[in-house]
Amino acid sequence: MNMNEEELLRNFEEKIDVDQKIEPRDWMPEAYRKHLIRQISQHAHSEVIGMQPEGNWINRAPSLRAKMVLLAKIQDEAGHGLYLYSAAETLGISREEMLDQLHTLKAKYSNIFNYPTLTWADIGAVGWLVDGAAIVNQVSLQRTSYGPYSRGMIRICKEESFHQRQGYEIMAQMAQGTPEQKEMAQDALNRFWWPSMMMFGPHDSNSPNTGNALRWRIKRESNDTLRQRFIDKTVQQANVIGLTIPDPDLKWNEERGHYDFGEINWEEFYAVINGNGPCNKERIDHHKKAHEEGRWVREAALAYAEKQKQETLV
Amino acid sequence: MEHTQGKLWEVFIQSKNNLPYKHAGSIHATDKEMAIQNARDLYTRRGEGRGIWVVPSDCIVASNPEDEESLFDPGVDKIYRHPTFYHMPDGAENI
Amino acid sequence: MTDKERLLQYCLRQGDTHIIFGYRLGEWCSKAHILEEDIALTNIALDHMGLGNAWLERAASVDSEKRSPDDLAYRRNEREYYNLLLAEQPNGNYANTIARQFLFDVYSVLYYSELLNSADDTLAGIAGKGLKEVRYHYKHSAQWVVRLGDGTVESHKKIQEAIDDMWRFTEELFEMDETDDIIAKSGVGVDVSGLKEAWKTQVSEVLEKATLSLPDHNLSRTGSKTGVHTEHLGHILAEMQYLPRAYPDAQW
Repeated sequence: MNMNEEELLRNFEEKIDVDQKIEPRDWMPEAYRKHLIRQISQHAHSEVIGMQPEGNWINRAPSLRAKMVLLAKIQDEAGHGLYLYSAAETLGISREEMLDQLHTLKAKYSNIFNYPTLTWADIGAVGWLVDGAAIVNQVSLQRTSYGPYSRGMIRICKEESFHQRQGYEIMAQMAQGTPEQKEMAQDALNRFWWPSMMMFGPHDSNSPNTGNALRWRIKRESNDTLRQRFIDKTVQQANVIGLTIPDPDLKWNEERGHYDFGEINWEEFYAVINGNGPCNKERIDHHKKAHEEGRWVREAALAYAEKQKQETLV
Repeated sequence: MEHTQGKLWEVFIQSKNNLPYKHAGSIHATDKEMAIQNARDLYTRRGEGRGIWVVPSDCIVASNPEDEESLFDPGVDKIYRHPTFYHMPDGAENI
Repeated sequence: MTDKERLLQYCLRQGDTHIIFGYRLGEWCSKAHILEEDIALTNIALDHMGLGNAWLERAASVDSEKRSPDDLAYRRNEREYYNLLLAEQPNGNYANTIARQFLFDVYSVLYYSELLNSADDTLAGIAGKGLKEVRYHYKHSAQWVVRLGDGTVESHKKIQEAIDDMWRFTEELFEMDETDDIIAKSGVGVDVSGLKEAWKTQVSEVLEKATLSLPDHNLSRTGSKTGVHTEHLGHILAEMQYLPRAYPDAQW
């Protein structure tokens, strides 16, 4: 059976329209494949680079419980990176290629991880706000049209459900703690609020890749929709623990049934994307260094496997 | 570019004794023992498994999506393969 | 020393060792040679933290000062910590870490196998849980010793150097002082001096498989039983205890 490109595309889009998943061996338009590789690898890199700001506090976690929880959480991030790398691999790109793109700055990762974690409260803010924002996005992506990505997201959402609670618990405890702790908590919220808002990307009107991504159901909801959902649920949580969201324009809009909020500093957003955030260089340098320092181990493991193969043949 | 990330393996997990092994995802490893351990660490951290199979991904043979209809549709209308196809006389028990 | 004080001391020794191993392995987070191994190392770190916590809970239960496990972990200073010197040795390159873990893991399997018979139910319980975990740790580290030993020229050299280096801290694993003696004789603890032969045999077997040789030096350092450590421990505690020390009134 030889179908021409047009028929193939029609079949493909019909599948998408009835919410059938696209599987690795199915025909797909090149633009779909490319968009997915870009988005999934970026997502994977975000999980992996995201280990660093949290890892920054492992040695200094203030209790045995806090340390175990943080370790388990960062481990999950690594695991999620792996789910996503392997989802991308089903599209014909190798992990080596993806790492190379990360190291040569051709691939991006979420801006948020270019911000430093300066105090223990930042670990709370990262869990509460950053994971909170990520979950809003990921829940929506569970219904993405590409099978392996969707299945990865379902698994990730299931595992991530404790992450946000872990962060919020830290914030709650500090907000009700000593004056110094409360100050740290508010300061962390002040620093992480706007970068978290930026995690959803530019306004829909300024988002060049949204059109195709929505048509092909790679993304299921727009940036602005997801951002609004995050704000609406987070404001209440801040109120409960007595912290103030650093946005003077934030107020409930009865008519819309949503919170109105101030304008994001897009200049900062693009500066960080283009490499000029507080930790861009540190994050990539760290990853490259670990990769370089691990080369001899990877080579040894390969050499050993090769020898084992020879021995079996003899 | 270097190629030192190891081979790709597909991971199958048995969640409980006597249940079939189910595809969970994949991992990278350079040898069998490492593949089992990496699979264990990635897919059973929350007690999801009692058994693991790992298979080098390039050993998996998969059907071609283009053959989907010719492979599987002929099996759909053979309703006599199902017990409900048969008429049983009233009153018959244990059959 | 009273019985309780002795048991406290005994539990601190084991608990501290696990906590410090957990600290060191946790340091690998985001630094392993491949993402899969990052998860493996932090998994092992978590096992050690869990075991450390269990030992410190037992310690806390007999502490006359009524300190909690967190108090014990976060509010004792360098001279009051009793972990094995081996545990605090820096991660170095991956071979150093694997050598350190391997030498301990072999010991640990033997130790917990014995502790299963402890007359103290809590300790026997820790052993039951711990044995499953440390058997896995052993598998992980022993396999890596073999991969590195029988891998490339470079990896062979690195792991041999690492084994030679860490060897200095292994004599201490089998050391017994009066506290250990009494605890062992009462059927609560393990007479670790009796584990040495089995340990050496197993270590030798793996090294041979890895084309490595037993170290031929007699260098040895001990001191942890009286809280005399290498210089590394102070730095660990400085970092680990910083928050509870800086904000003594705060709850975390």
